[in-house]
Amino acid sequence: MRKSVLLAGLVAGFSTFAFNAAQAVEIEYWQYVFDTRVKAMDQLITDFQTKNPDITVKQVTFPYADYQTRVIAANMSGNGPDVMQLFYGWLDKFAAGGILQPLPADAFPHEKIEKEFFPIVSAMKRDGNYYGLPTAVRSLALFYNKKLFTEAGLDPSKPPQTLDEFVAAAEKIAKHDAAGNVTVAGSTLDMTGQDHQWWREVLVRQFGGEPYTDNDTKVTYNSEAGAQALKFYTSLQTEKKIGAAGFMDEGQAAFRAGKAGMTIDGTFRLGAFSTIKDFEWGVTELPANKDGLRSNYASYFANGIGAKTTGEELEASKKFLTYLTSPEAMAIWLKVVGELPALRSAALTDANLKDPIYGPFLKGLEYAHTTMFKDELGQRQNAIDMTNRVLLEGQSPEDSVKQAAEAEQEMIDAAKP
Amino acid sequence: MGTDNLQGAASGRPGGTAATMPADRFSMRTRRLLWVWGFLAIPILFYAIIRFYPTFQAFYLSMTNWDLVRPAKFVGFANYIKLFKDPQFWKVFRNTFTYLIIGTPLSLVIAFTVAFFLDRVRFMHNFIRALYFLPYLTTAAAMAWVWRWFYQPPPIGVINDVLAIVGIPQQPFIRSTDQALFSVMVTAIWAGLGFQVIIFMAGLRAIPTTFYEAARIDGLGEWAILRKITLPLLKPTTVFLVVFSSIAFLRIFDQVYNMTTNDPGGPLGSTKPLVLMIYQTAFGSYAMGYAAAQTVVLFTILLIVSLLQLWILREKK
Amino acid sequence: MTDTPALSHANIRPGRIITWTLLFIGGLIMISPLLFMFSTSLKTADQVYDLRLIPAAPTLANYISVLADGRFMRWFLNSMFVAVTVTISNCFFDSLVGYTLAKFEFRGRYFIFIAILSTLMIPTEMLVIPWYLMSSQLGWLDSYWGIMFPGMMTAFGTFLMKQFFETVPNDFIEAARVDGLNEFQIWWKVAMPLVTPALSALAIFTFLGNWTAFFWPLIVTTSKELYTLPVGLSSFAVEQSIQWEMIMTGAAIATLPTLIVFLVLQRYIVRGVMLAGLKG
Repeated sequence: MRKSVLLAGLVAGFSTFAFNAAQAVEIEYWQYVFDTRVKAMDQLITDFQTKNPDITVKQVTFPYADYQTRVIAANMSGNGPDVMQLFYGWLDKFAAGGILQPLPADAFPHEKIEKEFFPIVSAMKRDGNYYGLPTAVRSLALFYNKKLFTEAGLDPSKPPQTLDEFVAAAEKIAKHDAAGNVTVAGSTLDMTGQDHQWWREVLVRQFGGEPYTDNDTKVTYNSEAGAQALKFYTSLQTEKKIGAAGFMDEGQAAFRAGKAGMTIDGTFRLGAFSTIKDFEWGVTELPANKDGLRSNYASYFANGIGAKTTGEELEASKKFLTYLTSPEAMAIWLKVVGELPALRSAALTDANLKDPIYGPFLKGLEYAHTTMFKDELGQRQNAIDMTNRVLLEGQSPEDSVKQAAEAEQEMIDAAKP
Repeated sequence: MGTDNLQGAASGRPGGTAATMPADRFSMRTRRLLWVWGFLAIPILFYAIIRFYPTFQAFYLSMTNWDLVRPAKFVGFANYIKLFKDPQFWKVFRNTFTYLIIGTPLSLVIAFTVAFFLDRVRFMHNFIRALYFLPYLTTAAAMAWVWRWFYQPPPIGVINDVLAIVGIPQQPFIRSTDQALFSVMVTAIWAGLGFQVIIFMAGLRAIPTTFYEAARIDGLGEWAILRKITLPLLKPTTVFLVVFSSIAFLRIFDQVYNMTTNDPGGPLGSTKPLVLMIYQTAFGSYAMGYAAAQTVVLFTILLIVSLLQLWILREKK
Repeated sequence: MTDTPALSHANIRPGRIITWTLLFIGGLIMISPLLFMFSTSLKTADQVYDLRLIPAAPTLANYISVLADGRFMRWFLNSMFVAVTVTISNCFFDSLVGYTLAKFEFRGRYFIFIAILSTLMIPTEMLVIPWYLMSSQLGWLDSYWGIMFPGMMTAFGTFLMKQFFETVPNDFIEAARVDGLNEFQIWWKVAMPLVTPALSALAIFTFLGNWTAFFWPLIVTTSKELYTLPVGLSSFAVEQSIQWEMIMTGAAIATLPTLIVFLVLQRYIVRGVMLAGLKG
């Protein structure tokens, strides 16, 4: 008798559970593994679920190197995510592969997006539709070693603001041995790091050029300006000897080891540099040119909705994406991950702008550009090879820029669907 | 199925079990045949599914434009035409053959010299042999990082520091288009040398001492003995090592991948071998069809080089 | 192994001393990367660029911090599991097939032998893309089985074992048959014990090959939990933003086990390598 009551209770309990489970919509969210990003997302999901008790979000993560393949493979088998994170540069591939759907205009009106977000979100627009929106963005800035500044007789509270000041400071910091080898670099010169972005979107513009036109499908840096920009960059090593490519293997390693006065790097490096104990470092905006023109390169991971998501999952996904692009989500992301809010209102607060570390990065966002890569690895390699031809093979900057532009144009054309 | 073909190991000889029990003969054979195919069932499945089927599939894929995203479409020889027009491929092709043509003879000459003299050394023989053999047991991917550190420019590179002490100008090594490939090659020779030394020593020991004694009675000098007796009798060992290490050089990957993670394939692709190109095409750009065509080319090269070497080395016998 | 041919000039003293010294110096150069690796792994970050081989203040701190986060331990165990499993599988199947091909006569024997041998001609790199496709369709990506399946049997091992089983006298097998053992028992209890040197050579080669394997594990594994030691080390080194003392520690951890095993079993390993090299 007692047993049957217990059984009945169990059955009832089970069916209630089943009933509840059927009511809650579960959606899957995918991103790549990066400790702080996963933690921040856990926090966001918990917060979102308390606000929307009828929706469950399951976070699935994969290593970065494998992430794209996983998304593509899952899409083939039909088990793709409802909401996923993607690098803005993958959009063409993901859109062509039918992985994403355009963001429904009812939940994400265009004029609102264009008014409230930083202009770089336009990289997520194809044929009049937005395919994703970022929670956070990353930009570049100049990191400098205050200890080396002081040792070189420079004022550590006044980092260089123009390219000329940058070169002058670097020349003072740089040290060489008897044979002329760099022992302390004034600034790191590492195309394999972020310098290729600096050259492409910043230096080319500062020397009066334009890296690309027509939505980044036409390479236009094969110009006087492009050659001047490359000449400037390579002369930092060949003439001014403020550093050397490959010094300490990687630029960021040299800066970390206290062997480089300055380095250009992104917000994503803040975590690694925060463990530096031997010296104090500061951040400032990328140097302007003589006319005061500044530029920056910004990039971001956007969140998009899977092409196969429909019905109530789609409704839930819209809600989740709206939450992910809200100011409160951005505040959490900034605190946990250290990436800058993608909404102007959330980013350009007084507190943020005054922050000695976030300030320079945020100011950079106002005038930042994004390169719409068609083949990110290939285009990066192309820029690396361009400098190496000058540095290692003695090719003239003019010829090297010309060759690079032709090769890159070919890459972009080949990627056309 | 001819049951006559089924014979146990010894049943060809008189007095085998099968012969003494004629009544049981048929069932004995069938039973043994069952054993045979029972033993071979899983291996046959394995080789069919894991080796042969993928081989044909690679040929097929090399004629498609499969890129993971879209379903594969047959494109004929388009991938091969693209490959042969690609200047990067020819650079990689040249690199791969430089590894082979310089690396193989160089490492074999060093290995033979070491083996030849080490064979005569009795004092601390095992210890010295161990010094040469240990690198063979290391993990290439791990040691590539040690070498990468060795090759750093000043002020941190170990080799450059040593050069500075000796008063030799510092070298750019893996930061140079001329030296990078050879720098990588040295690490590959270093890793494979121990194996070659051991095999050469085994080969040297297999030569009967009577040959040497006879030669000495004939009044042959040291050099003549080496040329007329040791080297010819060592031919099978040499053939094996030439083929073996050629294949290893043609497939070099671990060292290059790890020594140049930030600029894969070295400055201006100066160290990039074919296998790294395959890896990048397949798992960096996801151009699977194109990469498959590259693997077919690698297969063809390996086949030709192996057959050529076997033929040349046999010819001179 | 001391039956060195007594050559005439071997008796000339100075020549021998010079030979020995040159060989010794060469040997030192050969192990110098290993010495520097171990030495640096015992140094602190600020001593790394000090060239002294014996660290001023040796410390195990790097090992502790590398092992503390648990990943290396995991990769170590992954590599061990993969290498041991594949080695056992090879010793079993390669021997079984080698034995069958050596000691039975049946229609198709020659064909099967040639077919297996022909796979030696096909480089792994060519199979990698189809294997990847197969693995993704069957859900083998990022699994132990995915890492292991391509190497569960090898033509090299089969060929090696066949060569050795051919030297086993038929009388032994026949006698076992008379004793009423079945074919499997004959192979396992009679033939296998007679080829242990070959078996240990095969084991050494297979283990070493899988312990150091990089290309396929790099492709097939995607989550850090499943990395093998070489792949883990490579990703660790990049992630460590080039802190050499940490990288050297990782490299040392990857290298130590095989070196220790070698120092203990030097005689068997050298003999095994010679055996496999000469017969294979």
